[in-house]
Amino acid sequence: MDSASIISELTPIFQDVLDLPDLVLVLASSSSTVEGWDSLAHVNLVVAIEKHYKLKFSLGELEGLKNVGEMADLIARKLAKA
Amino acid sequence: MPTDLRSLPLDQILRSRKRLRRERSAAPSLRPLRVAVLGGSTTAEVVDLLELVLLSDGFAPAFYQSEYNKFYEDATLDVARVAAFKPDLVWVHTQVLNVSRFPSPGFSEAELEARVAEELGRFQRMWESIQAHVGCQIIQNNFEHPPFPVLGNLDSTAAGGTTRFVYELNRAFARHASADHRLIIHDLNALSARAGHARWFDWERWFSYKILTTPEASWEIAASVASLVAAIRGRAKKCLILDLDNTLWGGVIGDAGIDKLQIGQETPVAEAYSAFQRWCVSLRERGVVLAVCSKNEDAIARSGFAHPDSILKVEHFSAFKANWEPKPDNIRAIAEELNLGLDSLVFVDDNPAERAIVRAQLPMVAVPEVGHEVAHFATIISAGRWFESAAMSPEDLARADAYRANVARVAGQSKFADYGEYLDSLQMTAEIGAFKPVYLERITQLINKTNQFTLTTRRYTHAEIEQIAVDRRYVTLYGRLADTFGDHGLISVIIGRLDGAAVHVDLWLMSCRVLKRDMELAMLDALVAAARAAGAPELRGTYSRTPKNALVAEHYPMLGFSPALPENDPDRSTWTLGVASYAPRNRHIKVN
Repeated sequence: MDSASIISELTPIFQDVLDLPDLVLVLASSSSTVEGWDSLAHVNLVVAIEKHYKLKFSLGELEGLKNVGEMADLIARKLAKA
Repeated sequence: MPTDLRSLPLDQILRSRKRLRRERSAAPSLRPLRVAVLGGSTTAEVVDLLELVLLSDGFAPAFYQSEYNKFYEDATLDVARVAAFKPDLVWVHTQVLNVSRFPSPGFSEAELEARVAEELGRFQRMWESIQAHVGCQIIQNNFEHPPFPVLGNLDSTAAGGTTRFVYELNRAFARHASADHRLIIHDLNALSARAGHARWFDWERWFSYKILTTPEASWEIAASVASLVAAIRGRAKKCLILDLDNTLWGGVIGDAGIDKLQIGQETPVAEAYSAFQRWCVSLRERGVVLAVCSKNEDAIARSGFAHPDSILKVEHFSAFKANWEPKPDNIRAIAEELNLGLDSLVFVDDNPAERAIVRAQLPMVAVPEVGHEVAHFATIISAGRWFESAAMSPEDLARADAYRANVARVAGQSKFADYGEYLDSLQMTAEIGAFKPVYLERITQLINKTNQFTLTTRRYTHAEIEQIAVDRRYVTLYGRLADTFGDHGLISVIIGRLDGAAVHVDLWLMSCRVLKRDMELAMLDALVAAARAAGAPELRGTYSRTPKNALVAEHYPMLGFSPALPENDPDRSTWTLGVASYAPRNRHIKVN
């Protein structure tokens, strides 16, 4: 699965978790550009993504990700390995 | 009204909770509630979930949360900050990782005691400070078992064990709370045990965000604390309304009749219904009102509780609606009759259609998705946490006194001079009589499944048993036994055939769960009495050996029978007993 299709799957997750039905995610979307993406929302997003893809992020894996694009790349890598 | 939160899948609640919260915040007439959460971990997630549950339960909560791990400071040095928030209650959400000093492996008992006092003192200072400066109800978590007990099994016994330390500390918390009504213990230890540590602790999240629990465990904690809040605020449920057919007993009483109901000990299904009934009775004993709502003829419905194995009796129910009206109407009538709000009712029915119509028409009534497996009813209803109470009421305590007297009596009997004294301590009572219709099902089952304590291993069909029960050429006996451990139900059967000279014992069997209780003596007494009444001078019994019934090879000689033939065949021996000079043998069982 490539990053673009992952982003299209991430969009409804972000819309649900952040309660923003009209949210449009792009590669550059990040906690500083998306409304309500605070630390609790981040925890909730991670839980929802892990459940959706039935994967677990390893310790530290999410640190240093700058935007949704990098997150999608990470998910793609993990799915390819699984 | 939005759907009951507890009926949604957890993943959906977790993912959509912001929307769920928004929808529920808009509900009219929510009661304001201010909660200060003093946490030993990052509390944002659990508070987020708690807010959602409290909203669903009709509260409009506002929260104060201490900074990460600043629970002690907030309760003591900075208590003014908490007081300024004016909370209605303070929840000290501490967990096992917040214990400040565990004992060391080499500790003596005295050192352990001192360490417990020290740790307890730290929490006591917090509670006293909160009560002095904030003056509100405190909910205090107790502690989970340590996740990594370094001493293994010894960890729970050694004075230096961390598990032992948690036991002692939790016990000290409990003693403290039972003497102080403003302190309520939230039993995190039991909650984590029910969930299981593997589903409880989340080490990735602990190291990443200082959240110690999985999202699932956070949800359990939130739901559990919310149920305590409901209890404190008098919002706990008060009445359990029960359907009858396939809810309190197996089978449809109107079709099958009372004799065919699945209740008692005879089958796994019957045992499960008995266990569920017993649980309902225990709820009633702690103050939950019971009611019946069933589609049935009233008289037929009531007759079900006359079943000898029914633990619930008609008088256990404060309201009884058995008719053909829609259930929501009956539930409304029950609420009026008992003068209870609809929101204090829980409705249990195995029929999903009935659950759906009640849920749709009376959304304030709690309707757990109990499914149709009676074995799971109590677990599912318990999971709703509807019947929490913050303290025992005076009525509860009066009942507790009665229990205490009972406990004292039983405790006095822990040592016995001989086996007879032990049997007496069981306070056994038996019901012995000729076959009657209500027992024929059970009698047939017992006959066809008993292989060990059976002299002839003869099998009979239900039709044959029905025939024998009314045939004057037969002497029939059944025996039930109850003791301090409970009711064992119908456990012994004898069928004797009469001719002029004797009662021929075609069948004598007993369930192995009442071996060595002298029940066979009580049955023999009754058999002799029946033989005398029928004018038969002797009993004739046969032992037919099978691979499984060696247990009773000596049954007849042990009861005082003599061999009928000088050369008795050990595989098929016949025995006689004259009834004229027989003196009753049973000493330890009180027979009806």
